[in-house]
Amino acid sequence: MKEKIGVTSFPSHHRAALLQERSLTQIKFNKDGDLIFSTSKDKVVCAWWSANGERLGTYSGHQGAVWTVDVSPNTVLLATGSADNTVRLWNVKTGECVKTWDFPTAVKRVAFSPDGSKLLAVTEKRMGFLGTIAVLDIAYGDGELNNLNVQAEEPSLRITCEDSKATVAGWSYLGKYIIAGHEDGSVSQYDPKTGDQLENVQAHEFDHQINDLQFSPDRTYFITASKDKSAKLISASNLAILKTYVADTPLNSASITAKKDYVILGGGQAAMDVTTTSARQGKFEARFYHKIFEDEIGRVRGHFGPLNTIDVHPAGTAYASGGEDGYVRIHHFDKPYFDFMYEVEREQLRK
Amino acid sequence: MAPSFDTLTEQDFHEEEEEEIDFSGTPWEPYFLRHLKEQYEVKLEEGLDTFVVIDGLPVVPEDSRQKLVKFLLRKLNTIGHTSEDAVFMPLNDKGMSEGFAFVEYETPEQALAAVKQLHGVPLDKKHTLAVNKLMDIERYGREGRIEEEYHAPELEPFKEKEHLRCWMADAHARDQFALYRNDKVGVFWNNKSNPPENVVDRAHWTQLFVQWSPKGTFLASVHPQGVQLWGGASFSKQKQFPHPFVQLVEFSPLEGYLTTWSSRPIQVEEGQPILTFEEDGKNIIVWDIESGKPLRSFVSHDLAAPAAAEGEVQPKKKVQWPAFKWSADEKYCARMHQGQSISIYEVPNMNLLGRTSVKVEGVNDFEWSPAAVTREGVKTYEQLLCFWTPEIGSNPARVAMMSVPSREIVRTRNLFNVSDVKIHWQSQGAYVCVKVDRHSKSKKSMATNLEIFRVREKGVPVEVVDSLKDTVINFSWEPNGSRFVLITNSEAPAGVAVPPKTAVSFFAPEKKGNTAGNFKLVRTVDKKTSNGIYWSPKGRFVVVATVHSQSNFDLDFWDMDFEGEKNEAEKDLAANLQLMKTVEHYGVTDIEWDPTGRYVVSSASVWTHSMENGWNLHTFSGNTLSENPTEKFKQFLWRPRPPTLLSKEEQKQVRKNLREYSKEFDEEDRYAVDIANTAVVEQRKRVLSEWLAWLRREMEIQTEEREAFGLPEDADSPKLAKDARAGNQQEGDTIVEEIVEEIIEETEEVIG
Repeated sequence: MKEKIGVTSFPSHHRAALLQERSLTQIKFNKDGDLIFSTSKDKVVCAWWSANGERLGTYSGHQGAVWTVDVSPNTVLLATGSADNTVRLWNVKTGECVKTWDFPTAVKRVAFSPDGSKLLAVTEKRMGFLGTIAVLDIAYGDGELNNLNVQAEEPSLRITCEDSKATVAGWSYLGKYIIAGHEDGSVSQYDPKTGDQLENVQAHEFDHQINDLQFSPDRTYFITASKDKSAKLISASNLAILKTYVADTPLNSASITAKKDYVILGGGQAAMDVTTTSARQGKFEARFYHKIFEDEIGRVRGHFGPLNTIDVHPAGTAYASGGEDGYVRIHHFDKPYFDFMYEVEREQLRK
Repeated sequence: MAPSFDTLTEQDFHEEEEEEIDFSGTPWEPYFLRHLKEQYEVKLEEGLDTFVVIDGLPVVPEDSRQKLVKFLLRKLNTIGHTSEDAVFMPLNDKGMSEGFAFVEYETPEQALAAVKQLHGVPLDKKHTLAVNKLMDIERYGREGRIEEEYHAPELEPFKEKEHLRCWMADAHARDQFALYRNDKVGVFWNNKSNPPENVVDRAHWTQLFVQWSPKGTFLASVHPQGVQLWGGASFSKQKQFPHPFVQLVEFSPLEGYLTTWSSRPIQVEEGQPILTFEEDGKNIIVWDIESGKPLRSFVSHDLAAPAAAEGEVQPKKKVQWPAFKWSADEKYCARMHQGQSISIYEVPNMNLLGRTSVKVEGVNDFEWSPAAVTREGVKTYEQLLCFWTPEIGSNPARVAMMSVPSREIVRTRNLFNVSDVKIHWQSQGAYVCVKVDRHSKSKKSMATNLEIFRVREKGVPVEVVDSLKDTVINFSWEPNGSRFVLITNSEAPAGVAVPPKTAVSFFAPEKKGNTAGNFKLVRTVDKKTSNGIYWSPKGRFVVVATVHSQSNFDLDFWDMDFEGEKNEAEKDLAANLQLMKTVEHYGVTDIEWDPTGRYVVSSASVWTHSMENGWNLHTFSGNTLSENPTEKFKQFLWRPRPPTLLSKEEQKQVRKNLREYSKEFDEEDRYAVDIANTAVVEQRKRVLSEWLAWLRREMEIQTEEREAFGLPEDADSPKLAKDARAGNQQEGDTIVEEIVEEIIEETEEVIG
């Protein structure tokens, strides 16, 4: 019983070709959903209006591919991590870089805690260094956008990943746990005060890297996307696997939608893994699954390469995807998207 | 259809060779064990296998020994080569011979042949030779090796065997299919649009491919050790045919016999329980399925390779497959020695019919009639076969029909300017269509003629359809009918990479009382890319499709007897053509009708390409019931059904009451759908309530924790309420322009 939902392709998806001329690495909506931040392998971080796709500005300074971005809950500070071994903090409004932290290796993921007081940074394992998760305390100056450059010099905590390096990480509700996804397909739960590993679960097939980890709006559960062609919905409190979404292609990103009980998955065969790369062959589509029933309910086409990153508007009215093809595509949902409901859900609603 | 040998990749042969099926507990096991033991033993006796011991000789004094040896040599040299020096006849103390001699042959093969052929042969009136291998004397002749006392072999208790046709007793008359994907083979029940129900699913069930027997009784799996047949409700082992490195398998039409082929000549080793030295060096074995024993083995005749273009490497010779073609009643099988003769064997004794092959100079191909036909005026039993020979010198090309067992040519037809000929029998043997590709005198342009032999009519009249200007690339008779579909290929524009367009033509006979009238073109659909014709096994419906193509994947579902208004121009023809539906299946490589003609499966096999492999199920009218993308999908095979047991009258009765039956079935279907839907809904209800309960519990825990920490309700909100956004608005200088756009694309699908 396959049912498809109508999602209109937002027509003015911008040709990011001018600046984002390399593949996208991460996309992030701010909490209000009016801004989108994107990073790519071309060293530049961009900010866009989500409503029309117009570019608001850029944040330049990184010396290497930018792997990751996150914006503070109050949209004051922007954090980015890069292959130039730094984490930079930017004033969202002015675009100035207010702080740079140096690390021994590239930074693959940054994430603000739910209250914005902490920032975690996942560092790469390389050149004799083990992969780590560093926690930085973040200050917000005087509240009038002044003194934003007053920040702690050293991380308040370092978690070293002895077994398998972390590839992605984030914070659970109340910043109670740090949850990390690893290269070997496992998921760990850490205590952000002590740095102790509380739990480790082999959520995905062994040796199939976890490429993305995103939380639900209430941060009680999260979704992981893995190379093993599946995405899993996992409880933050005990790492129990709640749901599994099976795709036919390696997954790079997964996001949980607010308002409707869906998840959006993105991926595709990497160009090096396919002999003839056609859009059809590579399966470069965003896939919509019903979060609770695990059924695939729709697909949205558009990218010419694998989807590297997906983020959903905090209000659940739109989503953005960034592809290997260098495009950021913003899609606003239509009525059928919101109307779509399983009969049992309708019944539940009537009760 | 079995995958043709050339479509199997190298990988298929070598893949998973280590992970062999477990043969323990099979009749092959002792063979393998013994085989190992023997290897060890043979080493000790190396060099002795050219010796034989001849017993039963006359006892002679020393001086006449010479004479006896010479006399004996005459016999011995009829088999192999040996000399006086190589014969040792020991003498006892009394100077008399002992009545036996040791003989050394040049090669072990000669020694073996001598044992086989000279044992029991009389030397003179009084003496009979007893020839044994020296090694055998060593092995069995020593005391204690063989027990003196006779023990009667123990009779195994009778074991009830599984019913080989139990799948026919399915209450819902469902069909089964075999699915080979990755390294697993499974057998499933077809459940229409619902997921198929698994019967068995086994990893490494086969090494190359699987194949059903023609009536569906057995499933054959192919291993380096040989072929195994499986059957019964649990698909247990039924038979084994140890043909080492077997590559191709073919059943006879009534499942009585099995032909196996390997490119490697068989090397028979000692102790093999089933293969004998008869099979040594052969490529083909014809097996009796019932007994599991070889009937006879053959060296394969390769087909002449197409002539190599100048400067190119000579293309490889093609293996002739099926090597043996069977008459419809399995009483005869025949094979062709290309360009020379057709050898017809009587089954099951496998003797050449009439003791010689039928010499047919230049013979290029032959086909048996797929059913027994009676020609008018012929009362004796006969099977018919058709063959053709190309133009040789000034002799015209010829198509001929031979009656077996008389081996008489009963009908011939001469043809000119022939490039190629294909023989197509109609399934009941009522017609043979001979497709003749002709070249013009200059050999520049090609055209096709159809010469249709009406076998049942008096004198076997031939009707010629020569209205085709292009070459016919595919032709297919309607099963049990008198209509056919063909596909013609227009000349490809030179230097263009696009595949040439094809045209599909439908032919039907004119209505003329009880007999079929002349064949007339019903309609031609051109500008197609189609290349495959797939008739429903029950006739009437036909799928015309483009397979193995990089760019086109369409399947057209045609009805030849549309129950609607008929085209005025076609009113005299026994057909009313209607295109029911066209569907696409990306990368489709194979199409198979189920044996009842209710469903069609189109599939894309990894043997051809690795893009979107899997199989789709359609109804006969082209409604797609399910799509099943399957990683490393290889084969989809419907299980054939044996012919119906109902008599003609009973079938008529069924057809008459179809309406009532269909009412019952509709009811059943509705019920099944209801049940399935209820199950789905129940399942969803459960999942949903579980989810909601989980969420509620999680929220409670969170609230509790928050209270325990003494945090406010909005603890997760930003630390500083005063944020940058407020500042923005105060300045009021940012204008966000929103452009409302039209919908570009909208997909809607009816919820099914």
